[in-house]
Amino acid sequence: MVDKPTFDSEAGSLGASPDEVQFRFREDEPVDHGTVTVDACCDQTNATAVRIEPGDDTRQLLPFLDRLALIEVNFPTFADGRGYSAARILREAGYIGELRAVGDVLVDQLSHMRRCGFDAFAPDRPLDEEAAQRAFATWDNVYQNAADARRTIPELRHE
Amino acid sequence: MYAYDKYDQAMVDARVEEFRDQARRRLEGTLSEEQFKPLRLMNGLYLQLHAYMLRVAIPYGTLNSRQMIALADIADKYDRGYGHFTTRQNIQYNWIKLEDAADILADLSRVEMHAIQTSGNCIRNISSDHFAGAAHDELVDPRPYAELLRQWSSFHPEFTYLPRKFKICVIASEKDRAAMRLHDIGIQIVRNDNGEIGARFYVGGGMGRTPMIAPMIRSFVALDQLVTYAEACLRVYNRYGRRDNKYKARIKILVHELGAEEYTRQVEEEFAHLLDVGVEPPRAELERIKEFFADPAFEDGPKTLDRSDPDFALWVDRNTHRHKHDSYVSAVISLKPVGGIPGDASGDQMRVMAQLAEQYSFDEMRITHTQNVVLPHVRIADLHALWTALDQAGLGAPNLDTIEDMIACPGLDYCSLANARSIPLAQRISERFGASGKTAKLGELKLKISGCINACGHHHAGHIGILGVDRKGVENYQLSLGGSEAEDVSLAKITGPGFTENGVIEAVETVTDVYLQRREGEERFLDTYRRIGMEPFKEALYD
Ligand code: SF4
Repeated sequence: MVDKPTFDSEAGSLGASPDEVQFRFREDEPVDHGTVTVDACCDQTNATAVRIEPGDDTRQLLPFLDRLALIEVNFPTFADGRGYSAARILREAGYIGELRAVGDVLVDQLSHMRRCGFDAFAPDRPLDEEAAQRAFATWDNVYQNAADARRTIPELRHE
Repeated sequence: MYAYDKYDQAMVDARVEEFRDQARRRLEGTLSEEQFKPLRLMNGLYLQLHAYMLRVAIPYGTLNSRQMIALADIADKYDRGYGHFTTRQNIQYNWIKLEDAADILADLSRVEMHAIQTSGNCIRNISSDHFAGAAHDELVDPRPYAELLRQWSSFHPEFTYLPRKFKICVIASEKDRAAMRLHDIGIQIVRNDNGEIGARFYVGGGMGRTPMIAPMIRSFVALDQLVTYAEACLRVYNRYGRRDNKYKARIKILVHELGAEEYTRQVEEEFAHLLDVGVEPPRAELERIKEFFADPAFEDGPKTLDRSDPDFALWVDRNTHRHKHDSYVSAVISLKPVGGIPGDASGDQMRVMAQLAEQYSFDEMRITHTQNVVLPHVRIADLHALWTALDQAGLGAPNLDTIEDMIACPGLDYCSLANARSIPLAQRISERFGASGKTAKLGELKLKISGCINACGHHHAGHIGILGVDRKGVENYQLSLGGSEAEDVSLAKITGPGFTENGVIEAVETVTDVYLQRREGEERFLDTYRRIGMEPFKEALYD
């Protein structure tokens, strides 16, 4: 079962970040300043928030995960699915900070994004609250291993 | 055959409900067509020239009679009494209303079927050898591996918005009856020198406007790493496949541009990483799945036939395939009656096939990628009774692998992308060759017709291929020769300038005449072409 997301009504206060965080599955305080590009993050040793664009190589960030508290993954269009791999790669590498999907994030992608490790969502256009809650709860069970550490159907069959 | 457990059923039911909600939002107008499109496509619903088209998945082409009857009922209730079996071993319905789509999916889920991922830029229905579990020459039944991959690829969270659609095929014999190397991933189950069973991976094949034969990227993947290796192949593609140009987005372009070696290197790196992460399902799962595909209770019986009826003997020679048990054969029901629409079956014909499968084939059927239906396990003793029943139902065409057994895509009669009609052309060719008796003289000859460069009719892989092109607003047909989708895989070459509809029929006549004049011994059309090359055909066509 998925946990219930908290609705962040203070989303406008995220400093330089232009995005509104509509759903957040974390208890810690959101980072209160803007993000830098992947290149800038690799050059700049003190950045704690970074934004990944679809063409970026996520693995460039792996040496810096310890100091990062927020990674935004931009979806300029929902049809560009590179961000799903980016998210899993970060979680597989042990990243525990906030992983936020931003951009063209629609209701019908939420459950898959959640499985890939996203724990915050800042859609360009705010989503219908009820439809989103339904979407987060779509799958009682899942077939594959992913970043959410849920027991998979094949595992449940053989426990 | 595989049967759903409560988990499989719940997954499909959840999807039906999800789609019902999406369709409702679309009908109410809260979802735009642009937003709805990828969602309906994930559920097999296309908007075509005249109506919605629904494509239903038949996993690795295997189904039972209860499922076939449900397909027949859908044809009668929601369509115009027909279904169309496709080159992906699926079935599609061409006259569907959006209002009915969720109800159809609910009807399907009651017989453990669905339309999940039969379209869209995701991993599509897994295809396989239509004689799987029956063929005399297979190493093992490939379907348990296909089923394992079906579950892994269903609702895969990372691979639902790939650069382009993705097709996987699994076979387990040297003979390739499933066009394995023309898939994005082709897997051949093999035995290595140590006697272990494993998977050989070919990646980057495909048809479309840039046809490619998949290179082998790994000769042996251990069975308990199969899903992990597939996941690595997909992840490299999802990250680096081209997204700037729809026509360059298939994995074949990535493999081609990187080179097979570099692509393989990246896959191996990702594979090593994913082995550490641990994404493979427990090995016991494969064993669980295998039990569903255990042999039915074959019994010894007569191994020879009374061939005194020449019509029956002809059908046996053309339409049956050697079985692993010597008292059985696999029988192929041709959906290519002379002058018919390739791959079409009426609701009533589906019910007949279902009933015969129950009676004579342990309740099992297969769909072939050449758009026919297989009864995989028929006792030789029952063959005459089966043939008699098929013949009465108009399903006894004795033309398997002949020029009449064409693949033709829907073309301009249904498809919004088409340049030219495929179906009427197929009908005219089969009528002509059927009437003249030339079909019999030609023997094995694979003719494939696509209505546009997307190549759904596999024209690149035809011994003779026909491609519809648009020439200044007029339908025009290009002819190509020498393709094969089998283990001797090759891509057909264009003969030269295109033809009108009448002209291309004459052209087929001409090239088959060249073959009949030049063939030596038992050569098939393809063998003669390979021996003498394009020139003699060109001369006959254009001089
Ligand atoms: S080959 Fe072209 S015309 Fe034929 S079905 Fe495919 S897209 Fe349509």
